[in-house]
Amino acid sequence: MLAKLRALRSELAMVSAAGRNPFGVTFDSILSATEAILDGKRVLLLGTNNYLGLTFDQDCIDSAVTATMAHGTGTTGSRIANGTYGGHAALEQRLARFLGRRHAMVFTTGYQANLGTLSALAGRGDHLLLDADSHASIYDGAKLGNAQVTRFRHNDPDDLRRRLRLLADQPGEKLIVLEGIYSMLGDTAPLREMVEVKREASAWLLVDEAHSLGVLGAHGRGLAEADGVEADVDFVVGTFSKSLGAIGGFCAFDLDDFGALRVAARAYMFTASLPPSIVASVIQAIEAMEAQPQLRDSLRRNGQHLHAGLAAAGFVLGAMPSPIVSLPMPDRETAIRFWNQLLDAGVYTNLALGPATPGGRPLLRMSVSAALTPEQIDTAIAVITRTGQLLGLATAGLAAAE
Amino acid sequence: MPDEELVLREITGALEELGKGTVPVTMETSLLHDLSLDSVTALDFVMQLETRLDIIIPMDGMAEIETIGDLVGVLTRGTGKAD
Repeated sequence: MLAKLRALRSELAMVSAAGRNPFGVTFDSILSATEAILDGKRVLLLGTNNYLGLTFDQDCIDSAVTATMAHGTGTTGSRIANGTYGGHAALEQRLARFLGRRHAMVFTTGYQANLGTLSALAGRGDHLLLDADSHASIYDGAKLGNAQVTRFRHNDPDDLRRRLRLLADQPGEKLIVLEGIYSMLGDTAPLREMVEVKREASAWLLVDEAHSLGVLGAHGRGLAEADGVEADVDFVVGTFSKSLGAIGGFCAFDLDDFGALRVAARAYMFTASLPPSIVASVIQAIEAMEAQPQLRDSLRRNGQHLHAGLAAAGFVLGAMPSPIVSLPMPDRETAIRFWNQLLDAGVYTNLALGPATPGGRPLLRMSVSAALTPEQIDTAIAVITRTGQLLGLATAGLAAAE
Repeated sequence: MPDEELVLREITGALEELGKGTVPVTMETSLLHDLSLDSVTALDFVMQLETRLDIIIPMDGMAEIETIGDLVGVLTRGTGKAD
């Protein structure tokens, strides 16, 4: 049965041979939003997507505990078959209010939000236009539906325009799918230009704000808010597992006649709904996100701090400063050694390998949190620079040393 | 829809751009085994050919592409204005 996985198995063995299995890191315990214990040693967490640092927020924890005591540990079924709890409806209303949308639909994970939304919105005879660097959940959502899928060059409005022109004579709705911040390199979509293309083609636009919710925009509503084009975005998809520190996903929109979506989206129907604890902590995290805009300022400062420190050390960086800082690696072996040596030195980052990365290029990916202190970031920069110099990657540091 | 001769010419040109112009290409050449194009690189390669030929290949048609011959077949059925 597992014979077909032989090639993957040998690749995994190769990746793990230099030290640890990068896809099987098991922490002994998590101390805070920024530190954990791994193999008995304290490590700095620089690869969590815990953008606002809310995983240990006392109010979120208290809400989760209270909800568990009041409503139990789980819902034991789907909302379609086993009923909606008051908390699910309250979360959808709270989220819609936060996003300034008329409605929101909550899913059990962010992955399922894309799976359910894309497959239900774009049906047979419709067209999905996906950015080439889209997250796997977008590709899988497209595969689950019956729409014709067209891929366009990453962040290239002209290529999207050209493809929409070629599809102009074809019947069916056209839905363009973009991401606010792309997870691997931390770059943002050129949303204003994309909106122009969308208008020209009378297409629909869905923006996945998974990595930009709570991060971009004056109120944290994401890239569409930051770029002032929320009115042109028809569907906002996102997750509760990053800025909001829990798990779950959503789709929000202004269409009133959407009830059928709940019985069309298979990823919504055929899975258990979020447990009361998560629903309560997410509602509380939305409150925290609204009440504490300074978290976003800290996050931005921390992203700039890490980016500037690594650039000064001579690293080639993947994108403009954002909470995601990625270092493109010359080859897979160097990426694996770098990742292992950083972990040995007490800094946990993400090793990202093809085909999950743009162009299949290996990356050392980091994400900052508002909860990181400047001293922690300085420590990280020093460790990454020292390790990078040994591998010949931090050229400014080497030049200075010579 | 583009004809086979045009498609083959563009495939050769695109492979040269990728630095794979030295590999002799026939209809039986495997994208994965002979040209070392993994699933994502192959998708990007098809996207490059779509631009060259000004056509569109739906993604569900790409799963069947294993050889240059398969690729030629899919590209000649593409939606677009190339002739």
